[in-house]
Amino acid sequence: MYGLLISIGVILLILVIWMVYRIQTLISVAKGSDKKIATTSNKVNAILFMVFLIGAGGLMFWYSFKEFDNYQLPIASEHGVVTDRLFWITTAVTGFIFILTHILLFWFSYHYQYKENKRAAYYPDNNKLEVIWTLVPAVVLTVLVVSGWKAWSDITSPAPEDAHVVELMGYQFAWDIRYPGPDNQLGDYDYRLTTATNSRGIDFTDKNSFDDFAAQKVVIPKGEPVLFKIRARDVLHSVFAPHMRLKMDAVPGMPTRFWFVPNKTTAEMRQELGDEEFEFEIACTEVCGNGHFSMRRVIEVVEPDEYRKWVAEQEPFIKRNPELVADLPAELKELADIYINEE
Amino acid sequence: MAVANVSAHDVSNHDHHDHEHKDNFITKYIFSTDHKMIAKQYLISGMFWAFIGGLLSVLFRLQLGFPEMDLSFLRPILGGWIDATGKLDPNFYLALVTMHGTIMVFFVLTAGLSGTFSNFLIPLQIGARDMASGFMNMLSYWFFFISGVIMFASLFLEKGPAAGGWVVYPPLSALEQAIPGSGLGMTLWLIAMTFFIASSLMGGINYITTVINLRTKGMSFSRLPLTIWAFFLTAVIGLLSFPVLFSAALLLVFDRSFGTSFYLSDIYIGGEALPNTGGSAVLYQHLFWFLGHPEVYIVLLPALGITSEVIATNSRKPIFGYKAMIISMLGITILSFVVWAHHMFVSGMNPFLGSIFMFLTLIIAVPSAVKVFNYLTTLWRGNLRFTPGMLFSIGLVSFFISGGLTGIFLGNSAIDIQLHDTYFVVAHFHLVMGAASFFGMMAGVYHWFPKMFGRMMDEKLGHVHFWLTFVGVYMVFFPMHYIGIAGFPRRYYSWTNFSFTDMYTDLNMFVSVASIITFVAQFIFIFNFFYSMYKGRKASLNPWQSNTLEWTTPLHPKHGNWPGEIPSVYRWPYDYSKPGAKEDFIPQTVPLSATPESNLPHENKLVQLEKEIMAEEGEVLVANETKES
Repeated sequence: MYGLLISIGVILLILVIWMVYRIQTLISVAKGSDKKIATTSNKVNAILFMVFLIGAGGLMFWYSFKEFDNYQLPIASEHGVVTDRLFWITTAVTGFIFILTHILLFWFSYHYQYKENKRAAYYPDNNKLEVIWTLVPAVVLTVLVVSGWKAWSDITSPAPEDAHVVELMGYQFAWDIRYPGPDNQLGDYDYRLTTATNSRGIDFTDKNSFDDFAAQKVVIPKGEPVLFKIRARDVLHSVFAPHMRLKMDAVPGMPTRFWFVPNKTTAEMRQELGDEEFEFEIACTEVCGNGHFSMRRVIEVVEPDEYRKWVAEQEPFIKRNPELVADLPAELKELADIYINEE
Repeated sequence: MAVANVSAHDVSNHDHHDHEHKDNFITKYIFSTDHKMIAKQYLISGMFWAFIGGLLSVLFRLQLGFPEMDLSFLRPILGGWIDATGKLDPNFYLALVTMHGTIMVFFVLTAGLSGTFSNFLIPLQIGARDMASGFMNMLSYWFFFISGVIMFASLFLEKGPAAGGWVVYPPLSALEQAIPGSGLGMTLWLIAMTFFIASSLMGGINYITTVINLRTKGMSFSRLPLTIWAFFLTAVIGLLSFPVLFSAALLLVFDRSFGTSFYLSDIYIGGEALPNTGGSAVLYQHLFWFLGHPEVYIVLLPALGITSEVIATNSRKPIFGYKAMIISMLGITILSFVVWAHHMFVSGMNPFLGSIFMFLTLIIAVPSAVKVFNYLTTLWRGNLRFTPGMLFSIGLVSFFISGGLTGIFLGNSAIDIQLHDTYFVVAHFHLVMGAASFFGMMAGVYHWFPKMFGRMMDEKLGHVHFWLTFVGVYMVFFPMHYIGIAGFPRRYYSWTNFSFTDMYTDLNMFVSVASIITFVAQFIFIFNFFYSMYKGRKASLNPWQSNTLEWTTPLHPKHGNWPGEIPSVYRWPYDYSKPGAKEDFIPQTVPLSATPESNLPHENKLVQLEKEIMAEEGEVLVANETKES
């Protein structure tokens, strides 16, 4: 049924095009305008450029202002304030050039349209102009680059010693979250140790792993540095926390990291937006298979005290599942048992 | 045909042209060694692929714009990829995105654009009988054809074509367990690309050799039309970067089939730990983008070259800053090789490298800016004729500005953290390399159609086609900036899983409708193209009153292009509206000595030199004739 309708539609469309085409060809032959250069259509095209400039320009301004709060994501990290400022400075600079060049492009198109008795200016070069419009963009770009470079160096500098570590491991199609526990040291891992009960491949012969614990969401304190240690188990993934202005690929075989300071709690953000349901989210931005669009985790930013309380409440892996350390050598097992039996 | 080789340059050779019409259908239309026919083969293939690539994008736009829609009506074409509830399969969605990218970048904008216009225009505009090697040129097309057949076949595999994005990053592309498209589909992708690379290299070697060796008398590099400069530099870029893609693909083949670990390391997938260790997924990205970024300029430079020529001709003005244009193209050529890692700021590579590539990337914006200002100044005080070719060229300049400026955001690594792999990137590269190059291609088709087929395309249909496409492209890609700033990631099948992307359904619907309109508008062009080929108005010899050499050939040039001697060249190609001259154009073949009224002071000095050369040549001619008789 659809097929029939579509084919009828296509045939009708072709017929309409055909008729319009024949009619206008005949008209142009009758008028003899097919031999002229300064035709009406030349004029119409010139006018349409102006119409486009004003129409599309107006539309752009109207939509950009009307929708500002929609596309402008709230910021929840300290470096996000910096990168967003850079973004808007760049928008101002490029926006100015964008508008200027487009006014020139379309105005020239309109103003210098073909006229029978006119002759174009023979103006093949002007070195002074070339030098000016080489140097000016160069200087502007240098300013932009240098400020970008400063921000980039700060963001990618080594994390402070006391940063709270969270491990994010991407796999098809979710993120596994691991905390290092009170010692702030993640236990070693080896992908060959991965099993159904040890999805992260944690090496439990490493003492540091005894207090490591899992979480269903990323809980982090406001105002303190947080270090994401990022890895992947199967294919490339990428951690994207849009409100934190944070993105870093997760690469199998090559751990990566990103540190930042969240500057708003989830509660504060909810209040600010008047949205009780609001959550900070993590998404995947490196294509990884058919579930790529569904790798969601929630980040909950809380006050530091609340964070410490939350950490203290979590149970280490080995406490939840003592099986994991059942095969350890006696002395390590003893140590592990301390964690398991701790209240 | 025998004249296809270099010896065709001998003056004494031309007289046996007339009895060389023994071409049969196969040698004329299929295994042709005539650069003009090969160009047409590339053009038709490019149009076919553009149709396929566009159709694929309409399919995934349906999913993105109308996620609730019942797509059962597509089952006759897509079969099992539409599930029982009428939804598109997410794996196939990724395959659509991947094939759309691959087809558009390589088959349409590389082969369809460079293949068509480098082949068609290089010999015609530099005054050569054919390419340096007509046979290799033919081989180049047929390698491309084989590549296309293989890629096309992969669309119909049970498990679908390659689906890891057009960049086919491993491990996703290396492991069949990770995604069905990484099975046979990926194998065919790699084979097809190998043929494609071989085809590009043979084409490129030919273009470079021809431009260097076969220029006619007087056609110095400083008198080459900017089109030829662009094609020449494009070929150089391709020749240096495509082999790197080949090596990347070869190592991927090893990893997939022979158990090596170039890119694979520490992988646990499908309940099994793979033995591969020590490989680096980031290595592949470096190798890929070493081609991938220059590739942007491989598709863009020919379009800019065509635009320079079309804008100058239809503004009736010399292109402003001819030398500056060449220098900026040279700058772009060189810099294009040292900016690749700006695609990898957040790939986990050393952030210090990120700083270096940020500086290099923003340097490349300078020559691009120079080009834009030169185009604008060329329009200034011109006498503009809005032929369809001219409209598309102006459209190109607009897209080049819009898409180029957003590159300044993305080239800045600090800002790129947020924007990387969002729709902002999609908007950026579709405008600056997709739409701009496509418009360059369209400008070229409209402008050189009379030379290709001896007939004119219909102007009014061209105007309608332009306006629908120009407005359509902006309607499709401009809204994507907002979607991108809002953080929407690329290659997402649906937006409902996240609260930050659970909006803009209206805008996505708008984009999808616009993309369908734009796609349908292309049928106006298809109609115009094929109708005009047979029924179009007969073209005059120089319909645009242009200066370049191709318009001195007969209406239907035979293999060998000029029936008699190849014309000599006495001036640059941009003598439009020269003060003192009667007409507003002076073709390159008009000697300076014939135009004393319009010569500039420094040209008057050259007149004497020119006369000496012509006298010398006359003697040679006379000597030859006496020898023959």
